[in-house]
Amino acid sequence: MELTAKERMAIERHGMAEQPPDLRNRNFEEVPYGYTPEEAVAEAQRCLNCKKRQCISGCPVEVPIPEFIALVAEEKFAEAARLIKTKNVLPAICGRVCPQETQCEEVCVRGKKDVTKAVAIGNLERFVADYERENNLMEVPELPDKNGFKIAVIGSGPSGLTVAGDLIQLGYEATIYEAFHLGGGVLVYGIPEFRLPKKIVEKEIGALEDLGVKIYYNSVIGRLYKVDDLFNIMGFNAVYIGVGAGLPIFLNVPGMNLNGVFSANEYLTRSNLMKSYLFPKYRTPMVIGKKVAVLGGGNVAMDSARTALRLGAEKVTIVYRRAREQMPARAAEVHHAEEEKIEFRLLSSPVEIYGNEQGWATGMKCQRYELGEPDESGRQRPVPIENSFFEFDCDQVIVAIGGQANPLITATTPDMKVNKWGYIEVDDWGRTNKEFVYAGGDIVTGAATVISAMGAGRRAAKAIHEDLMKETDETLRPPDEEVE
Amino acid sequence: MYELIEKAEIFNVHKMVIKAPEIANSIKPGQFVIIMGNEYSERIPITVSDWNTDTGAITLYVLELGISTLELARMKAGDSLYAVTGPLGIPSEIKNYGTVALGGGCYGIGGIYPIAKACKEAGNKVISIIEARYSSMFYHEKELHAVSDQVLYATSDGSKGKKGKVEDVIGEMLEEGVKIDHAFFMGCTQMLERCSEATRPYAIPTKVALNSIMLDGTGMCGACRVSIGGETKFACVDGPEFDGHKVDWKELNRRKSAYTEHEAVVYQSYSHGCLAEKKLRQEL
Ligand SMILES: Cc1cc2nc3c(=O)[nH]c(=O)nc-3n(C[C@H](O)[C@H](O)[C@H](O)COP(=O)(O)OP(=O)(O)OC[C@H]3O[C@@H](n4cnc5c(N)ncnc54)[C@H](O)[C@@H]3O)c2cc1C
Ligand SMILES: Cc1cc2nc3c(=O)[nH]c(=O)nc-3n(C[C@H](O)[C@H](O)[C@H](O)COP(=O)(O)OP(=O)(O)OC[C@H]3O[C@@H](n4cnc5c(N)ncnc54)[C@H](O)[C@@H]3O)c2cc1C
Ligand code: FES
Repeated sequence: MELTAKERMAIERHGMAEQPPDLRNRNFEEVPYGYTPEEAVAEAQRCLNCKKRQCISGCPVEVPIPEFIALVAEEKFAEAARLIKTKNVLPAICGRVCPQETQCEEVCVRGKKDVTKAVAIGNLERFVADYERENNLMEVPELPDKNGFKIAVIGSGPSGLTVAGDLIQLGYEATIYEAFHLGGGVLVYGIPEFRLPKKIVEKEIGALEDLGVKIYYNSVIGRLYKVDDLFNIMGFNAVYIGVGAGLPIFLNVPGMNLNGVFSANEYLTRSNLMKSYLFPKYRTPMVIGKKVAVLGGGNVAMDSARTALRLGAEKVTIVYRRAREQMPARAAEVHHAEEEKIEFRLLSSPVEIYGNEQGWATGMKCQRYELGEPDESGRQRPVPIENSFFEFDCDQVIVAIGGQANPLITATTPDMKVNKWGYIEVDDWGRTNKEFVYAGGDIVTGAATVISAMGAGRRAAKAIHEDLMKETDETLRPPDEEVE
Repeated sequence: MYELIEKAEIFNVHKMVIKAPEIANSIKPGQFVIIMGNEYSERIPITVSDWNTDTGAITLYVLELGISTLELARMKAGDSLYAVTGPLGIPSEIKNYGTVALGGGCYGIGGIYPIAKACKEAGNKVISIIEARYSSMFYHEKELHAVSDQVLYATSDGSKGKKGKVEDVIGEMLEEGVKIDHAFFMGCTQMLERCSEATRPYAIPTKVALNSIMLDGTGMCGACRVSIGGETKFACVDGPEFDGHKVDWKELNRRKSAYTEHEAVVYQSYSHGCLAEKKLRQEL
């Protein structure tokens, strides 16, 4: 029975049931439990199915949001998941990690006045993808005959996985080279288990392997093979570079090399990829901090802080140069961090890390900041307040202030253009200046989002297909509609 | 999976010959691999001492120290390693320097071999100096002799060559006026530091292969950072070889000791096999 707009408007947003903060702050299990089918249907009924469909334009990959939500309302959950997958191959992941409040939900009519009242698009996306996976309803798409072209994908993060998945479905042979011993990129080594269970990532990668994508782990391109070797020695026809941003930045203040000072990449890789939270079963050690300071205000900082808490820290403090509203982290993560009693010292930045005689960090001195004129990004610039300092004790410092481009590949491919920060230059479709070499994701944009990395992968897959098909005999060409 | 095709033990050093054809094809002297025995292992960096492009085999010498090297030491020919990643690091700079002295201790005895070989091929006079506690602890000697003009020994008990260490041998040579144009050292940190101090007064360009704690080996984490002449460098991508006269040794030793307690605990749990893991975690 159709609901009227008025009836739909009367339904309140359904939050997801969650582990209570004082329980979850000591375990690594996922925080939200997920919707029940009844909650999902009720939430879906809040969608007004507006004519303007602003939500779609808010989504970087243009998921047909009102249509999938309509399917949820009809309890056609697996169908809804499949519809999303025509645009977004990793909905179980994106439903959990996309910054919906600045994308689809920000422009949702129901969230006009207050974005927390928007239709819970992310939650619904997560629900249908989980439903499909948990009930073994994932469909293996039918593959066309092989077209004889071989594509090498460097990096198994969201952008590389998307390229491989798209191209294998167009008849290509797709081979991924991954530096680590496991696939997924930031999804496995960066984002913690309590936010994105690793079994979901494994399942997605397994599904790609079932389709015939080959993954060579432990393969650092730039060292094992150069990009040119992939063409000349290995016989690939095109190469996609999706190696992520990579290098951590440390602050230029005294004490950065003290014991107990980590990059967030190291801290999170130890805990997530190497599972040092299960030490000593897993052999990689992790020193447990009592008082932990985390520098930064993005997702990486929130993940580090909440990981430190779960590893057993007594107190965790986030030190951030700007104000709360300017923190780039997902709103849900900041909210979760606050609930877990993580302390925020805003408008502050360290000027020195103190250490003891044995060389371990013991505390830090910070300078206070205030907000000044807006900078290029439109955010008010933080300006240090003269002679305004404070100190506090900490035995661990996790630096999560961003990264820079890893030069391993670009330095060994000198004829490929990079910008002044070392990120690879590409056109709108991911083409680099080097013929048949494409790039996308964080190595092009700098640290961004999972969905934008996937979007870049999807565009590059189209470009690869188009460029290679141009080269071939007409008879090999797939039907026109597949070429954009 | 990477098959272990040969395994031998020379005191506490374990020779591991592993099938890794792609690495054998691309590795160069001075580079290393990061290996994991099984899926629970640490990722540990090990220098590649030899390789054969025909058989696709690489040879590692692993010094048994703590749990990770112990677990590797327990593996047998026919077993497989879970992960072997490489080549990593910047290769040694090989050119005709004139006379090159290479010093190796513990795993460095094997580790200097490919550098010595390449130096010899580049036309250098190669003097290899190796140290151990007793004469029976040397290994990879025949190969080293084949690529060196001279192989000199130092032992703690005087059972072979000079009684003392590499720096004593090289110090004596320099005192006697032997001309050395370039020096490479590989081994434990203490040895690297002492050898660098021995060449410093003579201003001999000295490269040392640093062994800081590593995780990814691709420049992504900064675990391996070292201070060289006051600048922070990542040993895995900027090194592992650096100017021995510019290394901040105190910082390196300190950073290497960061997990000493954990190492002891996990080592104990392995050897006793009786302590509950949960209890171990609480103790840390
Ligand atoms: C802690 C953390 C939390 C985050 N949280 C969120 C979030 O909540 N929501 C969100 O949208 N985004 C989040 N992000 C950002 C998001 O994860 C990234 O933007 C995204 O993963 C980029 O994807 P990518 O495919 O470009 O690269 P990556 O995910 O970085 O993957 C690159 C892969 O390439 C491999 N590689 C690197 N060099 C080589 C080489 N030379 N040879 C072979 N392989 C190589 C790497 O090992 C890695 O597996 C977070 C990032 C971090 C670090
Ligand atoms: C680039 C590079 C190349 C290397 N090549 C080799 C190699 O060819 N063969 C080899 O055996 N090792 C090599 N190492 C060192 C090796 O990685 C470590 O010895 C190993 O990780 C120790 O692990 P563990 O768990 O067995 O010992 P741990 O439990 O980590 O350490 C046990 C004890 O040994 C001490 N220790 C740890 N690391 C070292 C070290 N590097 N030197 C001296 N003492 C140490 C610790 O402080 C502790 O007291 C290399 C290291 C680097 C960075
Ligand atoms: S080991 Fe991670 S940066 Fe060197």
